[in-house]
Amino acid sequence: MPKFESVDHLQQYRRQLQASRDPNQPQVLVCSGPGCLPMGSIEVAAAFREELGKNGLNGKVLLKECGCQGLCARAVKVLIRPQEIAYQEVTPEDVPEIVEATLKNGQLVERLIYEHPLTQEKAAFKADIPFYKGQMPIVLRKLDIIDPQSLDDYLALGGYRALRKALTGMSPDEVIDAVEQSGLRGRGGGGFPTGRKWRVCQEALSDIKFIICNGDEGDPGAFMDRAVMEGDPHAVLEGMIIGGYAIGAKQGYIYVRHEYPLAVTHLNKAIDQARECGFLGKNILRSGFDFDIKISRGAGAFVCGEETALIASIEGYIGEPTPRPPYPAESGLFDYPTIINNVETWANIPEIINMGAEWFAAIGTENSKGTKVFSLVGAVNQTGLVEVPMGTTLRQIVFELGGGLRPDRQFKAVQTGGPSGGCIPEQFLDLPVDYDSLQSVGSIMGSGGMIVMDNTSCTVDVARYFISFLHDESCGKCTPCREGTKHLLHILDEIIAGRGEEEHLTLMEELCDTMASSSICGLGMSAPNPVRSTIKYFRDEYLAHIRDKKCHALVCRPLLKYTIDPETCTGCLACVRECPVGAITGKKKLPQDLDQELCVKCGLCYEACQFEAVKVE
Amino acid sequence: MDQPRIEGILSRYEGSSADLIPVLQDIQDQYNYLPKEELNVVAERLSVPLTQIYSVATFFKMFSLIPKGKHQIKVCLGTTCHLRGGIKIVESLGHRLGVEPGYTTKDMMFTLDTVGCLGSCAQAPVLMIDDKYFGRAGVDKVSKIIKQFK
Repeated sequence: MPKFESVDHLQQYRRQLQASRDPNQPQVLVCSGPGCLPMGSIEVAAAFREELGKNGLNGKVLLKECGCQGLCARAVKVLIRPQEIAYQEVTPEDVPEIVEATLKNGQLVERLIYEHPLTQEKAAFKADIPFYKGQMPIVLRKLDIIDPQSLDDYLALGGYRALRKALTGMSPDEVIDAVEQSGLRGRGGGGFPTGRKWRVCQEALSDIKFIICNGDEGDPGAFMDRAVMEGDPHAVLEGMIIGGYAIGAKQGYIYVRHEYPLAVTHLNKAIDQARECGFLGKNILRSGFDFDIKISRGAGAFVCGEETALIASIEGYIGEPTPRPPYPAESGLFDYPTIINNVETWANIPEIINMGAEWFAAIGTENSKGTKVFSLVGAVNQTGLVEVPMGTTLRQIVFELGGGLRPDRQFKAVQTGGPSGGCIPEQFLDLPVDYDSLQSVGSIMGSGGMIVMDNTSCTVDVARYFISFLHDESCGKCTPCREGTKHLLHILDEIIAGRGEEEHLTLMEELCDTMASSSICGLGMSAPNPVRSTIKYFRDEYLAHIRDKKCHALVCRPLLKYTIDPETCTGCLACVRECPVGAITGKKKLPQDLDQELCVKCGLCYEACQFEAVKVE
Repeated sequence: MDQPRIEGILSRYEGSSADLIPVLQDIQDQYNYLPKEELNVVAERLSVPLTQIYSVATFFKMFSLIPKGKHQIKVCLGTTCHLRGGIKIVESLGHRLGVEPGYTTKDMMFTLDTVGCLGSCAQAPVLMIDDKYFGRAGVDKVSKIIKQFK
C-alpha cells in the first residue's frame, strides 16, 4: 500500500482501484461474523479455498471471509456475488455442489436457499428475503461486501472520503455543526446528543485532549459492536480521526472487551494499515493534523462500559466510576477533556460527513435520528443483526424481519437495553422504537440488544437473572447499588424458592426507588428497571409464584417436580449418566426411579431423555 | 522466576503506571496466571504500589492469582444463553470434569468459567474453549466437544 501524501494521491489511487475491479467478477463471501463463527464458518471457507483450487478457479472467483451478513439463525451463510444469491446453513460438505452448480454452471442449489419459517416461501436472492426487507443498512452496509482485513476493499467503497472531506473542506467547527445538525445521539445507551458532547469538549481549554471509542459491549444479548469492529474496522477508525480533528485531539483509544479477540486482531491490523497509508500519524494527508490510535483491551468487568470506570481502567486503576460532573468532555482521561462514544456512534460519523447532516436527519423520528442496529435474538425464528430506521415498530422487527415465533409458542415480551432495560409486553408491540418511546414504557434503548421471550420464559426468573448479573458486576463503591442489588437478589430468590410474600413486591419497589435516585453511576441507577418493568407488566406471574407456588413457564427450579413415566421409560440409562447427585436408580432396560429427596431439579435428566419419559410440572 | 520472559514483556512498554493493565494481561496470557514474583518486578518497574496491582488483579475477571488449566472453558451465561439453558451446560461440564465454575481440574487440563456474554447470542447456548467458539451447544453435545481437547 502506498503512503498517501496528498488528497489527490488518494483520489488517484481510489480511481485506479475502482477501475481495476470488475463488478461482474464472481465472488464468494463466507460470513465469519459472531453468528457464523461458532457454527463452523472457518471450515466452510477452507472448503471453498480447496474446491476453487481444484477446479482451477483461483483468481477467477474471489473468496472473502466477510463480516456479519445479518441472518444469524441460518449460519453458516454464503453470499454469491454479483447475483447476491444468499445460501443458508452451508456446511463444508455443500461446498463442492455450490462450486459446480452455481459458480461453474450458473445454477441455483435449491436446497440451500432461504425458506420462510412459517410460510415456507422460498427466496434465493438477498433482496427477496423478508428479513432484509425493511432494513436500512448504514452502519452495517459494507459488512457483506468487504474483506474486513483489506484496506483496498474499504477504499474502493469510498472509505476515508469523509476524512478527506473533513480535513480539506471543513473547519473543526463545521464538522461539529454537521454532527449537531444530523441529530445523532449516542448509540451506547444513554442517547446523549453527540454533537453537543463534542462542542463542550472542543470549547474546553486544553492543549491535550483525547478520543475514546467504547467497545466494551457488555450488555448480555448485544453483539452489534462486535460485528462492526470485526467486520468494518476502518469505519470506526475513520469516525475517530474525524472526531479528533473536530475537537483537537491527537490521541485516540479503542477499549475492546477481552472476550472479543477477533475484534482486537482486526482493529490492530486496520490501525497498522492506516498508519502505513498516512491516515494515522503525523501530518495526515498533508493537512498538518496529527492523530494516532491505541487499543486498550478490557480485562473483564461489565462496569467498565460506564465511561468514568472505563477511563479509570485505561489509566491503570480498577474500574470504579466517579461521580459526574465533571463530565469526561471537560475532565476525562488523565484529567484532560475527552470524548467517549460507542462503536456504532463512531461508525455513523463518516456517513454523516459524506452524505450531509440533512440526509441523516431525514431518517428516523423527531428526536431520534438515523438508524439503529439491534441484535434480535431469543425466541424469534430469524435471529440476527438488523438495522432499521428509528421509529420502526417492535411488531415489524419481531414479526416481519424476525419472522415471528414458533407456531406452538406465544409471545410474552421483548427485553431491550440489557441489564439496565426492561421487559416490554405485547400491548406495546406497535410502539415506534426510539430513545424516548422505550423509556416511556420503562425500558431503554441501551446498546441495542433485543431479546424476544415466549411462554417458556419466566419473567420472575429473567428479573432475577439480571439482578444476579448486576449484583455480581456492581463494583461495590456506592452503597445503594452494592446493597440494593444484594437485597433485591435475596428477595427474588425467596420468591423463586416458594417463600415469597406479597409485601415483597412493595419492598422491592421501595428499594428500586432508592437505588435509582442515589447510586453513583448508570449501573446502579438503572439496575431497578428489570424488576420494576416485570412487576408492572407481569404482576400475575409474581403472584403465581407467591400465592400458588407455581412457575407456569416451568423455569424456576424449586417450584418444579420431575418424575419418570414408567410407561415410556426404556431403561436406556441416559438420565442416570447425567444425574449429578445419583437420584435416579434402576436396572438397565427397566423403568427408572427418581428419588425426590435427592433430586436437585437441575433438569439434566429431562434434557438427556430421548423418549420424553422424564416429566416436569 | 523466568527473568527473560518478564523482561520481554516489560520491554514492550514505556514503563508508566498506565501500562499496568496491559502488562498484567500479557503476563496472564503467557503464564496462564499472575505469579507473585513477577508482580513484585512489575510493581518496581512501573512504580506502582503492590496494593494497587493486587486490587486490579482481583477486580477484573480475566486475572487469576493461581495457575489456570491448559484449556480455558468459558460458558456463556448471557441473557439468551440463560433462557436457552446455559446453566445446564455449566452443570453438565462441572459434573463431567469434577469441578465447580471458577476452578481447574486436578490434571490442570481444564479451567471451567462462566462469562457474561460472548456476543454470539443467535447461536445460544454458546461456549468457548480457548479461542474456539461452539454454538447451539446442548447438554447432549458437551461431551463430544470436550473430547476434542483431551
